[in-house]
Parts: sequence; C-alpha cells; structure tokens
Amino acid sequence: MTLQEIITRLNLTLLTEGRDFSQVVPTSGYTSDLLSCVMAGARRQGIWVTLQAHANIVAVAALLDLSAIIITEGAQPDAETIARANEEGIPLLSTPRPSFAVVGQLWEMGLRDDGNA
Amino acid sequence: MGNDTQPKQRIVTDAEAGYITRVEELAYELRIQEVMTRDVKTVSPDMQMGAVLEVFRRARISGAPVVHKGRLVGIVSIEDLIHALRGGDVAAPASEYMSERVITVKSSHPVIEALKIFTQEKVGRLPVVDDEGKLVGILTKGDITRGLLRALQSDYQEEELKKYRVSHLFADIASDRTSLILRYNVKARDFAHGGRASSDIKRALMRLGANPQIARRCGIAVYEAEMNLIIHTTEGGVIQVEIEPHQIVMETTDTGPGIEDIELAMKPGYSTAPEEVRELGFGAGMGLKNIQRCVDAMTLESTPGKGTRLEMRIYLQPDEAFSGAAHAREGKAQ
Repeated sequence: MTLQEIITRLNLTLLTEGRDFSQVVPTSGYTSDLLSCVMAGARRQGIWVTLQAHANIVAVAALLDLSAIIITEGAQPDAETIARANEEGIPLLSTPRPSFAVVGQLWEMGLRDDGNA
Repeated sequence: MGNDTQPKQRIVTDAEAGYITRVEELAYELRIQEVMTRDVKTVSPDMQMGAVLEVFRRARISGAPVVHKGRLVGIVSIEDLIHALRGGDVAAPASEYMSERVITVKSSHPVIEALKIFTQEKVGRLPVVDDEGKLVGILTKGDITRGLLRALQSDYQEEELKKYRVSHLFADIASDRTSLILRYNVKARDFAHGGRASSDIKRALMRLGANPQIARRCGIAVYEAEMNLIIHTTEGGVIQVEIEPHQIVMETTDTGPGIEDIELAMKPGYSTAPEEVRELGFGAGMGLKNIQRCVDAMTLESTPGKGTRLEMRIYLQPDEAFSGAAHAREGKAQ
C-alpha cells in the first residue's frame, strides 16, 4: 500500500510540499503522543499517527526515518514546523478525525504491522 | 458514469527536477567554444560536388561550411549532395548547390543560444565564428549533448570526490589516535530547536560514511539527552560527540539542578517533567531507557545542586567502522 493510496482513502490534507507519494510505501504503523514512546516503538519507514503538532515531531520522524506523520483532530502545525518538515523531507498529513478512527482505517486498508512483530 | 477519469498526473520527483535544472543551468553556463568541434572540415566554392562527397565520407560528416579566401560564403549539407547526385551533376561546383543563407553562432555565447536556433531553424549544424567573424569551429546537436554530459560527469566526480574526502577522513590523516569532536550548545526550554543537535549529529555521521543503523542509534540517544537538557536543566548544557574510527562517545553536561535519585530516574515511566511540558508529549519517563537501549555503555553521574554528566558510548564492529579504520589499525599493528 502506498502513501498516495492512504492519503486518498483517508482524505488527508497534505501540509508539506508535494512529491510522488505512490513511490512511498509505509511498512508499519505506530500511534502515541508521547515522543519518547515513539522513539522507542516506531519503526523505520513507518507511519506515525499523533495529535501533537509542534516542531519536535519532525525531529522525531527525521531521526527515525519515518515515512509520514498523520496529525489528527485538526491540530495545526505552525509555519516553522512545516518548513522544517520540508527541509527534512517528512510529509505532514492532517485530518479532522481522531487518532482512533485513523488507525482503524489504516488497519482496514491492511496496514497491520506495528513494527514490533 | 464514472467520475474518476482524471488524467494521471505526472509528478516530477525532486531528483528529476534537480537533474533538469542542472542541465538547464549548464546550457547557460557552458560557452559554445567549450563544446564545439574545433577541427572544421571546410570546402571551397569551386570544389566539385563529387569531391565534396569524398570529404564527407572520409571525415564522416554530413555537412561543411564553404569558405572562400577565409570568408564564410555558404554551407553545404548531405541533402545538397543528394540533389546533385540525383541530377547526375557531381561535376558541378559546391557554390551551385550550397545554401548561401548561413546562420552562425559566436564562440563566446552560451550554449543555450545555439539550442534556441536548433529548435527554431531547420539546420543540422552551425558554423561558429569568433568576435571578428572568423570561422573557429562547428557545432551540432551531438556536440551539445556530449558537452553537457561531460560537464555533468565532472559535476558528479566533484561530488563523489567530496564524499570520498569526508568518508576517508580517518584513513587520510595519520596519527596515533584521530578523532573528530562535534559540540552543540543547548538552551533550557528551547523547545523550538529541540532535536536540532541530534539531527545534525545524525547527518554528520551519515556524511562521514557511518552505517545507517549506527547513525540512527546515535541520533535517538542524543535526541533524548538533548531533550533532557531542554526540559530539565536550569541553564541548558553542552552536547559533545567524539567520533573515532572504532567508537562514538556522546556526552552531555549541564550545571544543574542535578538528579536526586538516579535509580528512580532510570525507571521507565518515572518523570519529573512539569505538566505543561508533558502536554507537548515530553516527559514520558522513557528517555533514559531509550538511551540505554541504543548505546553499548551508559554512565550517568549527577550531583544535586551541581549538575549532571551523561556519557553514552557506541562501539563499532569491524564491519560498521568508518572507512579506513581497518587500515588505520593495520598500520598500528605493524
């Protein structure tokens, strides 16, 4: 499943610069709003679902080589965070829906690897 | 009726965009004289078309400028030759079949000028003249392609050379013990820049040719230590990373407030972070645990009221070591 398919199916808003997301294949998923838990639990190329929207999520995603961050409940990162995400090449995706619903949809689409299997 | 018949959009990837831009840039940077063929085969206006054919065949060309007393008077191409052959007119002079309308380009102009002419006019080659109008070369689309490829190749080699120089840092410098030290100052409560130092360190390690897994482990460990400086210290602190061929030592030091109970601080889930920091997702009480997971050795020393020193070491296995490290060791063993 490609990131482009996820964006289309979940009707996510792209906050960062456009790229060819049909070449990006997230291999696992992780959700938490505690950054250190993400540091410990999220896997390389994984997709991270969170309602945090501050600049630090970009640093976390970049350090972990995550494929994208889905920011839930309409939380809006500031311009500096978006600029930093562009710099690091981390796609920021936004949705008004809560994390629970997003994770459910990803699971239904077949993204079931939590990276710790 | 289906409504999703939108034409597929082709998105240009960054890599492609970068490549296109560089070629375009080069078309502006490169001068015609850098890509043109200098050894121009010319013919005289009274040369018979049969002899022109011989010139073309020997030099494997499909056109030539016609020069009379050092002056460019026309251009004769393979099409003109076919015309003459079809009429059985090989004895006719070149002046009869050549085209008198000659478009020239100046040797000092950028390649893009020639490219514009090639797209606008139906010509296969352009005689190149200097500022005095003297014929100095000839230019085909093939010359331009070859010139651009050559320039791209030298760009590429320069980049490779830069990478090589950085990644062979340890091999190229002879000493009994070579190390590279990176220092970062971290301000307390500076959440806006949180993760900057660790990102920079990870990038530096990648540039040095570190194993990506090692760079990631260092990045995660330093990130947690960096956030601890931001969240918990009174005046911030310093991160120092010492990179050696066989190990990476990361150290953070601060001037307080110090940790009351180190054993308790190490416990997963234990945190002294204030509520407003926790709301940002920090202070999960996992930081030190994460560090421990990522490094081979960790030392935490703290004196309440004085400060804290955290040392993290990653030992590099022979296959993870920096390029040239093995060589350096061999040198030492001799």
